Amino acid sequence: MVGFILKRLVQSVFVMLAVAFLAFSLFRFVGDPISQMTGVETSLEDQARLREDLGLNDPYFVQFARFTGDMLRGDFGYSFRTREPIGEMLLSRLPATLELGVVALLVSLVVGIPAGVYTALRPRGILSQTILVGTLIGVSIPTFVIGILLIFLFGVQLGWLPTFGRGGTVEIGWWRSSLFTAEGWRSLVLPALTLGLFQLTLTMRLVRAQMMEVMRTDHIRFAIARGVPWRSIRYRHALSNTMIPVITIIGLQFGGVIAFSIVTESVFQWPGMGLLFLESIRFVDIPVMSVYLVVIAFFFVLINLLVDLLYVAIDPRLRVRESV
Amino acid sequence: MLKVDGLSVLFRHRHGATTAVEDVSLDVARGEIHGLVGESGAGKSTIGAAVMGLLPAAGEITSGALTLGDTDLRALSAVEAHRLRGKRISMIFQDPQTSLNPLMTVEAQLVETLLAHEDISVDEARARAIALLDEIGIADAATRIRAWPHQFSGGMRQRVVIALALCTNPELIIADEPTTALDVAVQAQVLDLIRRLATKRGVGFILITHDIGVIAQVSDRVTVLRGGRVVEQGPTARVLGQPGQPYTKALMAAVPPLDRRLDRFRLPRVEGEREVPGSADAAREAEDWLMAGTGTGPGPALEMSDVTVRFRGERRGIFGARENFTALDTVSLSVRPGTVMGLVGESGSGKSTLAKVVAALVRPAEGEMRLDGAVLPPMGARRRSDPSRRIVQMVFQDPYSSLNSRHRVIDILGEPLWLYGLERDAGRRARLARAMLALVGLDATAAERHPHQFSGGQRQRIAVARALLSRPGLLLCDEPTSALDVSIQAQILNLLKDLQARFGLTTLFISHDLAVVRQMSEDIAVLKDGRLVETGPSETFFAGPAAQYSRDLLAQTPAVRFGMEAG
Amino acid sequence: MPERGRLARLMRSEGVWLFSRSPAAILAAIVTVLIVAGALMAPWIAPTNPYDLASFSLFDGLLPPAWEEGGDPRFLLGTDDQGRDMLSAILYGARLSLSIAAMAMAVALVLGVGLGLAAGYLGGRFDAVVMRIADVQLALPAILTALLIDGISRGLLPRDLHDDLRIAVITLAIALSLWVNFARTARASVFVERQKDYVQAAIMMGQHPLRIMARHILPNIVGPLLVIATVDLASAILLEATLSFLGVGLPADSPSLGTLIRIGMQYLLSGEWWILWMPTVFLVVLVVAINLLGDFLRDLFNPSLR
Repeated sequence: MVGFILKRLVQSVFVMLAVAFLAFSLFRFVGDPISQMTGVETSLEDQARLREDLGLNDPYFVQFARFTGDMLRGDFGYSFRTREPIGEMLLSRLPATLELGVVALLVSLVVGIPAGVYTALRPRGILSQTILVGTLIGVSIPTFVIGILLIFLFGVQLGWLPTFGRGGTVEIGWWRSSLFTAEGWRSLVLPALTLGLFQLTLTMRLVRAQMMEVMRTDHIRFAIARGVPWRSIRYRHALSNTMIPVITIIGLQFGGVIAFSIVTESVFQWPGMGLLFLESIRFVDIPVMSVYLVVIAFFFVLINLLVDLLYVAIDPRLRVRESV
Repeated sequence: MLKVDGLSVLFRHRHGATTAVEDVSLDVARGEIHGLVGESGAGKSTIGAAVMGLLPAAGEITSGALTLGDTDLRALSAVEAHRLRGKRISMIFQDPQTSLNPLMTVEAQLVETLLAHEDISVDEARARAIALLDEIGIADAATRIRAWPHQFSGGMRQRVVIALALCTNPELIIADEPTTALDVAVQAQVLDLIRRLATKRGVGFILITHDIGVIAQVSDRVTVLRGGRVVEQGPTARVLGQPGQPYTKALMAAVPPLDRRLDRFRLPRVEGEREVPGSADAAREAEDWLMAGTGTGPGPALEMSDVTVRFRGERRGIFGARENFTALDTVSLSVRPGTVMGLVGESGSGKSTLAKVVAALVRPAEGEMRLDGAVLPPMGARRRSDPSRRIVQMVFQDPYSSLNSRHRVIDILGEPLWLYGLERDAGRRARLARAMLALVGLDATAAERHPHQFSGGQRQRIAVARALLSRPGLLLCDEPTSALDVSIQAQILNLLKDLQARFGLTTLFISHDLAVVRQMSEDIAVLKDGRLVETGPSETFFAGPAAQYSRDLLAQTPAVRFGMEAG
Repeated sequence: MPERGRLARLMRSEGVWLFSRSPAAILAAIVTVLIVAGALMAPWIAPTNPYDLASFSLFDGLLPPAWEEGGDPRFLLGTDDQGRDMLSAILYGARLSLSIAAMAMAVALVLGVGLGLAAGYLGGRFDAVVMRIADVQLALPAILTALLIDGISRGLLPRDLHDDLRIAVITLAIALSLWVNFARTARASVFVERQKDYVQAAIMMGQHPLRIMARHILPNIVGPLLVIATVDLASAILLEATLSFLGVGLPADSPSLGTLIRIGMQYLLSGEWWILWMPTVFLVVLVVAINLLGDFLRDLFNPSLR
């Protein structure tokens, strides 16, 4: 078990380093930082001096080390476009994205898992078939269309919910949250639903497939043959065996949530990191792009590591070695 | 106690329906072990499932009565039927590895089963569970009960499975191939346990198996099934010792005896079964071609000296040493030219690994191999163009995965001819392939078909044909009949015997079944945990083995001891 | 004679039988074929060419669909603000979307399967390297990769060149986010097949590794790959649409379905619903059809799940 954890840790560090290298290459080689930062008026000598001061003439390896070191210390450089420190920019937008993502993920799990279990246990019922058709359509509709649909329905036609922005935020220290006011929640609903709906259908289909497969295994047959009560067979034996592989996928899903938040934030003009990234693409603001890359990868790797640890904690086969 | 009367079961599928079981009647008394024996597809598992009410969705009972004591099993509602399971009838399956929930401790599973059927406290349930494990033969039950299923070995796991089936004191336990996945020694213990339970606790058993030796060893009465119908029924000694029906006679004639070596299995013709002769001319053509290549001399001598194979294992802890697994430990053996050496051992003994070393599929850490005195390069050193690639050929255990189902038979057979440059003309290759099919007893029309259109036995014949088409000198047979039904096995063994007599190939015949090995080999070698325990002439071995392990192995092999008359 | 035999076998094969019994699959196939055919033949069957600036005029702008009041039978599905015929725009747009998705998927397939096969068969160092690269790729969700590629190309290439190469950039971006799926499936399948005796027999006999991979392993892993291909095709279409919607995909003068939706969104609050909803419905129907086919294929190759 310790070996397994160590292996995963090493793997994670490797991935982070690789991503950092990608980000660094991006930063260093795509476009010329000097020409981005200065105007046409700056003399060639000044440019050369700037180049020297910023250490752009040092060997690449040294620059990369410096880049990584800076990142680890929290110094993310400055945006080409706004000249603000990127760290602060991201931090100010982090709560928006994180709250959106977490709520969306919760929605997808709270609805998706029970729905998946239900459709697996009662595959031929009317409700199951309807749900299945619904998920097929759900998987086929791009996130932005869902967003537009929801805006149209609830925002335009019914006028119940606000369609853009993040109204009603409360500041707790540096964290600007929208979870503490009714208005905040009302503006959170549509974006969270948009983001969560896609994940929900994925979760549901996954849980269903796993559960159906588990119900066919030998140990379930044996439990039935022993007369174990159906309730226990379904919700203790089958469900627990289903959840183990599902948990890993949920970790991957978080990555999807982060990715699709870009789209959702765009549709709803939600002031999160995704919107920032989008703008940085449009304006070719390289530093922001590369930092975003690293931050996202970090979250992703962290979540996956946690999920793997969780895996080890739940599955006795990984925890306890075969002794007999 | 259990009475099955005129049971018929139908399976619906897209082409219509198949009758899996037709008009089967049997009964099991208290404390009786009733064997249900038959080849694959005979319907034995279906009967077990039908009694339990565990038929898959496509199956339905079309007629017949199922009575347990006074209870009409077919008249029960779903809820009542489920309550009956475990309480009065229980069932155990073949693979102990997958029969237990990996996420629950043994204790949890036992206690849950007990509490499902009886109104007792958790502590009481736990106490009973421990007592039961003790009775079943699991040492240190009070501590072991807290363990997880994966912490038990195969035999122990099956005992836990039996304990789970037994804990609610059912009247009847249906055991579906309970020892097929176990080693001979463990199998003996489990069968012993079943016998004890039947006698002491009065539990009735339906023992479903394809292994006649098991039936002979432990069952009181037996029902022989074929194609869903009962062929013969009665006390085991009578049915197996003096079978009345032609099918049963043929079946018994196909069982390899442990106590002597047959020249050939005398398989009487049973109606509905024909051994396709194939054209005799074509067969002769193949034979001539083979003889032309190998000459009239016997195959090469195989010498293995101090062959050692190690597999890399997991690291223990962060700084612990890697636990490597030694599959073969300084094994030395020689196979005389043109003879068959039988290699026996239990699972994990390394016999397959040995064959793979010779075939250059596994790399030995140490040791040397020689073919007729010349060095046989091991994996990594053996080039693709090395002549030994052609001379050493192998027949694998699983007929269902040893042939690429995407290729036609004629392409599969043409492969060695093309690869080794034995026949450059495509037309002649096809002709030779068809001739070889005739030699192994298959019709020439088989050439255009695909492997999945053939049965297991036919596929093994194709595999043998493929091996022969490279003009081999050394043939490695890795459990070639273990996946086949008894009667088909006898046919294939006959084929191999005939080929051996005609062409004198040096053969290494690997099997876990001592009786089969006795029929095939002139010399024998016994492996245990990667070490060579004993080696020597076969008949001397079977008359009285030298090593204790070999003696135990021989004693534990279930044998049909009714003195069969050769049909 | 062999031809007839093979065709007859195909007709009787399990796949065709199941297909004919499944109304959903038949419907999905019909829809897909119609859309794909319509898209491919757009230059011939569309009423107008929306790229030809001379073919439309502002006077025809913002006309509702033909069946509504004020509609013009010349423009079946209405026109946008520039006077372009919606039907033509949709057909051409679908053509673009499909071409890009198909090309991207082809690239991803060749790259992914090639790498996956090699990694699975050769194992060792090569396998480790490929898997590490895949790990890194997986840490970056598809949209992120696609956006990044676009951003990088934007930074590397001068403006005009970037615009000209738009299609190539997007195709590359999508392909790079999809290859990992193919690679991992191919690799996993290779692991499974490699253990099978027929491969061991081929290795033992001394056949060349390339030959073994091509003749023995590849045909046997077509099933799972086909399923992934269908799913990924749908993903590719959605990805392209998303990119265009976000404004980093195809521009307004050669719009794909995603771009059309983006343009249409401006009219969400005003009354010109058709500019938004026509392309949207079209896109969704196409992807649903493909996903249905994908589901059907998955059931076909996994008979145990039926």
